[in-house]
Amino acid sequence: MTIIDKTADVPAPRGSNDESGPLLEVRDLHVEFHTRDGVAKAVNGVNYSVSAGETLAVLGESGSGKSVTAQAVMGILDMPPGRIPKGEIFFRGQDMLKMSNEERRQIRGQKIAMIFQDALSSLNPVLSVGYQLGEMFRVHQGLSKKDAKAKAIALMDRVRIPAAKERVNDYPHMFSGGMRQRIMIAMALALEPDLIIADEPTTALDVTVQAQVMDLLAELQRDFNMGLILITHDLGVVADVADKIAVMYAGRIVETAPVHEIYKRPAHPYTKGLLESIPRLDQKGQELYAIKGLPPNLLHVPSGCAFNPRCTMAQDICRTEVPALRPVTEQDGTELVGRGSACHFWKETIHG
Amino acid sequence: MAELDKESVDATPNVTEVATVNAATDTEAVAALDAPVAQGEPILQVRNLVKHFPLTQGILFKKQVGAVKAVDGISFDLYQGETLGIVGESGCGKSTVAKLLMTLERATAGEVFYKGQDITKLSGRALKAVRRNIQMVFQDPYTSLNPRMTVGDIIGETFEIHPEAAPKGERRRKVQDLLDVVGLNPEYINRYPHQFSGGQRQRIGIARGLALNPEIIICDEPVSALDVSVQAQVINLMEKLQDEFNLSYLFIAHDLSIVRHISDRVGVMYLGKMAEIGTDTQIYDHPTHPYTQALLSAVPVPDPDAREGRERIILSGDVPSPANPPSGCRFRTRCWKAQDKCATEVPLLAIPERFKASDTPAAHESACHFAEEKDVVHAA
Repeated sequence: MTIIDKTADVPAPRGSNDESGPLLEVRDLHVEFHTRDGVAKAVNGVNYSVSAGETLAVLGESGSGKSVTAQAVMGILDMPPGRIPKGEIFFRGQDMLKMSNEERRQIRGQKIAMIFQDALSSLNPVLSVGYQLGEMFRVHQGLSKKDAKAKAIALMDRVRIPAAKERVNDYPHMFSGGMRQRIMIAMALALEPDLIIADEPTTALDVTVQAQVMDLLAELQRDFNMGLILITHDLGVVADVADKIAVMYAGRIVETAPVHEIYKRPAHPYTKGLLESIPRLDQKGQELYAIKGLPPNLLHVPSGCAFNPRCTMAQDICRTEVPALRPVTEQDGTELVGRGSACHFWKETIHG
Repeated sequence: MAELDKESVDATPNVTEVATVNAATDTEAVAALDAPVAQGEPILQVRNLVKHFPLTQGILFKKQVGAVKAVDGISFDLYQGETLGIVGESGCGKSTVAKLLMTLERATAGEVFYKGQDITKLSGRALKAVRRNIQMVFQDPYTSLNPRMTVGDIIGETFEIHPEAAPKGERRRKVQDLLDVVGLNPEYINRYPHQFSGGQRQRIGIARGLALNPEIIICDEPVSALDVSVQAQVINLMEKLQDEFNLSYLFIAHDLSIVRHISDRVGVMYLGKMAEIGTDTQIYDHPTHPYTQALLSAVPVPDPDAREGRERIILSGDVPSPANPPSGCRFRTRCWKAQDKCATEVPLLAIPERFKASDTPAAHESACHFAEEKDVVHAA
């Protein structure tokens, strides 16, 4: 999207204008935390966008800034100690960072909703799930308690919780992990948002339950034509559901690509390392490829490219100059749509 | 002791006899433990191991109203120098098995033979000697290291409990050697756990497990709490140490691709029972138990091109409660093959009849009445 209508002050209703443009666009976002030991730069210039019906997977290790970016988008960052010194977050063409708290509250839950990782600690243990689900309708739509409960039951049915009517008054601890995660999904879906941010939605679940939950999420996304930002570190889950991928490292996006491309030809040494460290059949009994070293401390991010101390291709330029996210092309210069890499030696990585 | 229902005892698989050692005194028992085991011989033999946790009611007059059947009759062998992977969903009893082998929990019934001695019956000096030889690496490196102790104290504590392992003057040097072995700087000996990253902490946990020169290390989800890029480092370290010290690993994990990489044999558990056990190729490429097939098909494959073509078996519902497991085959409530027979008869863990004669990889132990091969997408 190139033209941003900053004069429009009413949020665009679903499906009217901006149908072609992205739903959410994050531009040059910076987030830092002021701690006793110094300033931790958690996010250092992140750009990404999601359109309706599209799934963006944000891949990264702990401390890479993937969750902090999502929290900034949701507007649930703890400020202080957090601070957003720079950047814009456009939702349907409007910069959310310039909105008042009340305007943001209107968007949160109704337009953008979030699914958290740990369902047990995200749900209130002393309130029944029906009450917590109904809260969305009572607060945002002003429904009565009775109507809200009826809606809650319908939602629980929607996410296929068996015997929803009988279980609506149960408390979170009475549900299994997979069921709790369904309740989290139901809560996020309650007001039919345009965009859902799922922060490691299945990390705490077993693989068989993970498959159920991811299937459900994909189906609901299709039905409502929602945008989905999936935050994860699991390369398998990403391959299963994502349309495009953004790989984060030390608060920066180091590579972006459509899902089919990145697994075949990674254009950043970090992505390449991650893919190579997956145990493969033909390597049984051999040593696994391992990225050496440790993820950086955000208080002391290495100068130049943050990945340089762990990189096998690092040269002098990597230690001094921060590589920008540049478009990646074929050897003959043909553009590869949607691909970018923040590496001085992306050419060698992808073609070499 | 919880009341045992007959079925769990009946489900004896066709496993080899255990050559037991009958030691009259502690001294004899300890001496027998020092005997070496030949490569490829079983070092640990588990027979019909059962652990029921009682459910009680009432405060003053506690009355047992039932039992959580966490482990309900499992048998397997662990051979010298091999890695046996145990996989299964949470709540299937993997970690309880680990605790039973460590004798951190007392078994309700069944035996664990270590070099021919039943360690569930041992106590005192003999038990201490066994514990020296079976060590554990825990899942969470953040909570399994005491934050108030230095690394040197954490690893050195093992020598205080087993003083015969290293004379007093040498302990510090030994701890430094251990740090070096696991790839940490020996100068870090006076640091505290919070000064290390997750991967480094897990290395400290591994050094502690190695300190007494054990023969068996039980690893309960040793890498699942680590970052993806660090997991491979720790797995490589564990493989290197296995070669160097001729260790036997019992490797409990839920990440099927890592288990496949490190294991020689793999056992699949479901609700306190072993569903299927065999070599890694037998389990991953020729699974015959429906649960194994469902588990493997559910693993997301890191290849986007595979997502359209693959057939996924999505199990409905959750794992039933181990306090009240289904009759007959425990998997029948979620199984697409279930018939009347499955509700009444407990399937034995044995090589299925139809594969017995042939020499196919499908001929491995599987606890299903209707065991057959199914080509599921391999978890690479």
